[in-house]
Order: sequence, then C-alpha cells, then structure tokens
Amino acid sequence: MTAQELIQVLLFFGVLICMTPLLGNYMYKVFSGEKHFMSYVLGWLEKLTYKFSGIQADEESNWKSYTFGLLLFNFIGFVFLFLMQRIQSFLPLNPAHLPNVSWQLSFNTAISFMTNTNWQSYAGETTLSYFVQMTGLAVQNFVSAASGIAVLLALVRGLSRKTTEKIGNFWTDLTRTTVYILLPLSVLFAIVLVGQGVVQNFKPYESIHTLSGAQQIIPMGPAASQIAIKQLGTNGGGFFNANSAHPFENPTPFSNFLEMLFLLLIPAALTYTYGKMVGSIRQGWTIFSVMLILLIAGLCISLYAEYSANPVFGHLRLMEGKETRFGIVNSVLWSTSTTAASNGSVNAMQDSLTPIAGMIAMINLMLGEIIFGGVGSGLYGMVVFIIITVFIAGLMVGRTPEYLGKKIEAFEVQMAIIAILLPNVVIQLFSAWASVSSFGLSGLNNAGPHGLSEILYAYSSAAGNNGSAFAGLNANTVFYNLTLGFGMLIGRFGVIIPVMAIAGSMGTKKTTPMSAGTFRTDNGLFIGLLIAVILIIGGLTHFPAISLGPLVEHLLMNAGMTF
Amino acid sequence: MKTVLISLKIFLFFTLLTGIVYPLLVTGIAQFVFPAKANGSFVVKGDKITGSELIGQQFNSPAYFSSRPSAVSYNPLPSGGSNYGLTNLKLKKFVDSCKIQFISFNHLDRMAGIPSEMVFMSASGLDPHISPEAALMQLGRIIKARNFNAAQEQKLRQCIRELTEAPQFLCLGEERINVLLLNLATDKIQ
Repeated sequence: MTAQELIQVLLFFGVLICMTPLLGNYMYKVFSGEKHFMSYVLGWLEKLTYKFSGIQADEESNWKSYTFGLLLFNFIGFVFLFLMQRIQSFLPLNPAHLPNVSWQLSFNTAISFMTNTNWQSYAGETTLSYFVQMTGLAVQNFVSAASGIAVLLALVRGLSRKTTEKIGNFWTDLTRTTVYILLPLSVLFAIVLVGQGVVQNFKPYESIHTLSGAQQIIPMGPAASQIAIKQLGTNGGGFFNANSAHPFENPTPFSNFLEMLFLLLIPAALTYTYGKMVGSIRQGWTIFSVMLILLIAGLCISLYAEYSANPVFGHLRLMEGKETRFGIVNSVLWSTSTTAASNGSVNAMQDSLTPIAGMIAMINLMLGEIIFGGVGSGLYGMVVFIIITVFIAGLMVGRTPEYLGKKIEAFEVQMAIIAILLPNVVIQLFSAWASVSSFGLSGLNNAGPHGLSEILYAYSSAAGNNGSAFAGLNANTVFYNLTLGFGMLIGRFGVIIPVMAIAGSMGTKKTTPMSAGTFRTDNGLFIGLLIAVILIIGGLTHFPAISLGPLVEHLLMNAGMTF
Repeated sequence: MKTVLISLKIFLFFTLLTGIVYPLLVTGIAQFVFPAKANGSFVVKGDKITGSELIGQQFNSPAYFSSRPSAVSYNPLPSGGSNYGLTNLKLKKFVDSCKIQFISFNHLDRMAGIPSEMVFMSASGLDPHISPEAALMQLGRIIKARNFNAAQEQKLRQCIRELTEAPQFLCLGEERINVLLLNLATDKIQ
C-alpha cells in the first residue's frame, strides 16, 4: 500500500467522523420536532403531506398500531411495485420497449426494494423502464429507508420515556425523515454526481458507431437521482447492472469518495442522534466506536488479503472485477463499507475478491448488518445486541440487567433472541437447501468452495437486507427469486416486529436512577464486551459454513489450486 | 380503516414527491447546469457521436491503443464483470492467454511485467481507462502500425503525458488514461 492509498482511507474515516455529530445533531432536531433551518424552507411540504393524507401530527400511538401502520404502508408499496413491473410495457417512459417483468422476478424485486435490500436478480438497463425505476424503485428507496428510521425512533422513545404506552406517530416519523433528511440531501448529492458525469435524462438509448466502427448501444436514463438515494438510504440497487462500477453510475474517484461516504453517513450520524435522544451523547459514541472498530478490523484484513501475492496469479495486482480509476484500495474500502452498512451497492465485483476479502464481506452480512448497518435498521439491530450483552453481563455479576435505567427482563431477552435468530435461520437453512438441490446448484458460476460461497453470500445478503451479491450466481430463477424473496421478508420484519415489541414493553417501564452499582454501558469495558458478544454469536452460528466456503478456498488458493 | 386510507394517501403523495417531482427537479437542474454530462459525456468526431468519454470501447486494430479485456466485450447491454473467483480455472486460463497475447501483439520481451489491468476484466466491462504504463507499453506497436517518424512519436508521447489523469485532487483514485480520447488524439497526429 502506498502513502497516497493510505491517505484516501484516512480521509474517508476523518470526514465520516466529522460529519457524524453535524448531521446527527440536525437529525435530532428533525425527529424531536424542534425548529431548525430546514423547517423554514420545507415546513410547508411537511404540512402539505399531513393535510393531503389526513394525518394528525401530534397524535401518538402504542407499539401495535405503530407497527400495523408500518406493515400496511410497506405492503401497499409492495403491491404497487409488483403490479407496476407486471404492466411495465403499457406504462410511459420506456424508450427501450422493455417487456413486462415475469411474476417471480417482480415478486423478488418488489420485496427487495420494499425491505431496503435492493437485491437485484435483474440487470437494470435491460429489464426495467425509466418509469419503473424512478416511480417504483426510487420511491421505495426513500420510504423503506424512512421506515427503518421510524422503527429506530419508536425504539428510542420506548427506551427514553417512562411508564407510557405511546411511542410516537409512524406517519410523522416517516414524513419528517423523507422531507427534511432524505429529500434535500438527495437533491444536493444528485446534482454533484451529475457534475462528475452521472447521466440524468429521459432520452432513448443512444446507438453509436465506435471509433473502430462497431455498433454500441449506450443506455441512458434518470440515473443520478436514483443513485443519490440508493447510497443515502443504504438501499444499494444500481440503475445499471454493474452498479457503482458502471462509469455512468460512478464516473470519477471523487464521485466514488462521495458515494462511499454517503452510504455510511446516515447510519453513522444516527448513533449521535441516538445518544442525544436517550440523554447521553456518550452512549451514542460508544455504539459508534463499536461499529468503527469492527469496520476497520474487517477493512485491514481485507486489504491485507488483496495486497498479498498468491501462487495462482503471482505478483499481479488483483484487478479482476475492479475498475482502473478506483484501484484496489477504493474497491476494498467500498466492499467492506457496503457490506457493513446494509447498502449493497458495489464498485467492484464481490465475486472476484480474494477469498478472505470476500469472507469479510460475508461476515459483515452475517453479523446481522449492525456495523453501521442500514439506516435505522443497523442501530436497532445493534440495540438488540446491547440487550443481549447487558443480559449476559447481568448474569455474570448477579444483578438484574439494566440498560439506560430500565430493567431488561425475560420478555425483552426473548424478543432480542428472536430478532437475532430469525435472519440466521434463513441463512443456514436456505443455503443448505440450495447447496444440495439441483435448482440451487444450477445457478453457480464458480466451481469448488467458491460455489458454496456464492450461495452463502446470496442468503446472507437477503437475510441481512444488504443486496450485494457474488453476482456470478444466476439468481433469476423461480427457486432463487422465491427463496431469496422470503429470506428478505424474514430478515426485515422478523427483526422489526420483535424490536417494536421491545420498544412497547420498555416504554411502560419505570426508570431507576443510576447508582454506584449500575453496570455502565458507555465505557471501554462495555465496548469490549459488546464486540465479543457480536463476534461470538456470529462466529458460533456461521463458522462451520464459512470454513467450508471462503476459508478452505483461501487455503487451496495458497496451495495453487484452481477448479 | 382510517389507517388504510392514510397509508394509501401518503403512499400516493410520496410517489408523486419522490418518484416524479424529485427526479424531474434534478433533471431540470442537471440539464441546465451540466447539459453535456447529464446526457452522457458524448464525444463528437466530425458531426457524428463516436462514443462516450465514460464508456470504454473495444479496439482490435494494432494502430489503436487497446482497452482492458471485458467480460461483455464492451457491449453495455448489460454491463458487468466476469464474476470469476480467483480459484476459477477459467480465470487462470484467461489471464494466461491475455498475457501471451499482450506480449506478442506488442512485440514485448517474454518476461516483461504487464500492468495487471490489461489481463484482468473490469467490474463494469466498460472501463474507459488503462494505466499510463499500459499505454506506454503499446507505444512501439502503434508507431510501427502507423509508420510514425521521430517527430510524430514525440507528439504521441506528448499526447500520453497530456491525457494522463492524475489522482483527483492529488489524492483520490488512481493515475489513468482514457483510451478513447487517447486514440482520437492519436488519429489527429499528422
């Protein structure tokens, strides 16, 4: 690694750390309904949303109606997106005359975007029209991100309020997140992206003759507006098949830097918002530290693997599936960040990473998307792990576990375990099924242990609502579209519902004041404990599978073997 | 029932706002401020579009600098990489054949170290760039194919120097050169 490469990494984390309190503080003001500078600019839009939809902004509800609203809203989004794809050819803005999408692919894609996953069994430029991409997919990019934040806000209110059933109003949380945070940031970001060369138009595909005289059909479309929100909302679904490796989607190193930054920005800043909302910024920074340590540890291992010589390719720099303008360091920084955050966009092909760098990406998915994770979902997933950690610590010292002054009891621990187990069950069971069935194995692009990695990665990506892929796997089959679709549903709502139950039950509890005997959750010891719990749970669950996939592949590669 | 109605209305509202108004607003601003970039950064030769600065092209002629190998042969419908894992025998064979081909095509020494992007396929299959080293290694072949004299060779070297893009803001990304622009510049050398 050269100094210039190191500077890029340091700059990236430096900017991320500096932006965290800035955006975090702003989001705190937005969520708590305080006046902020954007309420003068966009206050009318918030009010218009309430008026149009008939929402009583100050009417709060209990956790069950909050969850019901969220599920219903997401279900409507799913139905619309499904239908829109099924009748694509009759809809406007389809200059490439793309046909209607098959039922199984529409099902998969609709679930994928509704659950903030953005798993793509299709190639954007040859499957979906401009209309479906912008009024179908991009809308879900906004509202699925806002839904994730809404769940987080409900949980935070449950943790910070005393003896109340009320945990907020889903519709106002949804509206404020969209109007004040996602929308203005996306507009700014999209325009900067166009300035770097990302396309934004409604023109038909351009057929040209190259300098050598061959015909080349270049796809167009409103890409910048979609790419901005796909990064910000940790969605990750590319406008084009190659995602952010496509030169129209990520044309320069600067656009790359911003896209990488924006995929971590909101999840990182939310930790600060969280700290402010629970009344202790230290709590927020503690969580931030845990996430950052895990991210950087993964990054270091991946970089080491990518820069190491191996007997198969000798000392060649491993540029397979990587773009010249980004080089190795930006590709690996991206692959680690995008899998840590539940984003899933890529600027290099994950499938062609070294086995160890691919394994780190996979582990990031398997840990439950809590290393920054998706917007909202990363942090509420982390709180679930905090509950388990506090519980274990309580068992060790023999006291009733407490978090933020509230007692953690059997119900919360049960819910937390369900939220952790369900996605893991999806990964293990579906991967096992795919790797012994002919319809599972027929999708593989690579033989040997790497084939198993492709399957494992797919279900980890679905269950973690990430959306990135070892993209050699041909997943546009009935088997994969359906199993991955259900995997994404369980990975999303199998966590949201228990988390909402925790929010409801915590809200009704009393707060006990801190005393000398309180187990602190904002110091170095707790950071260590939390990291240990995360790694032990993830490790115990997935080590056997990982050892058969990427680990054994790494060993065989170092023995010079190919398949 | 009230919740159903609210859900439907707010979904409709957000579809209009984030699905129609937002992309139209961005398109409007983009088309006004950065019209060329928003429309694909096309390169015009004579009165015809000859490609996009951002989308790589395949060059097989010895008189043109070659682009990287591509899993989709520079056909953008759809873009994509090989998705071969490093232990995939097909990849190993592909890289070996690229090495041999690059060496014989450019009349290089058999032991020459080849810039790795010239034997590995890009992620998008449309990578418009190669490293300046990869361009310099092809220089001899181009000069021979075009029968360039010493003055013309100097001009060509000058082109490579001028078209080499340094890391952005001195620190971001890699040093690189755009193959299409380089070939267009080469065509202009008298």
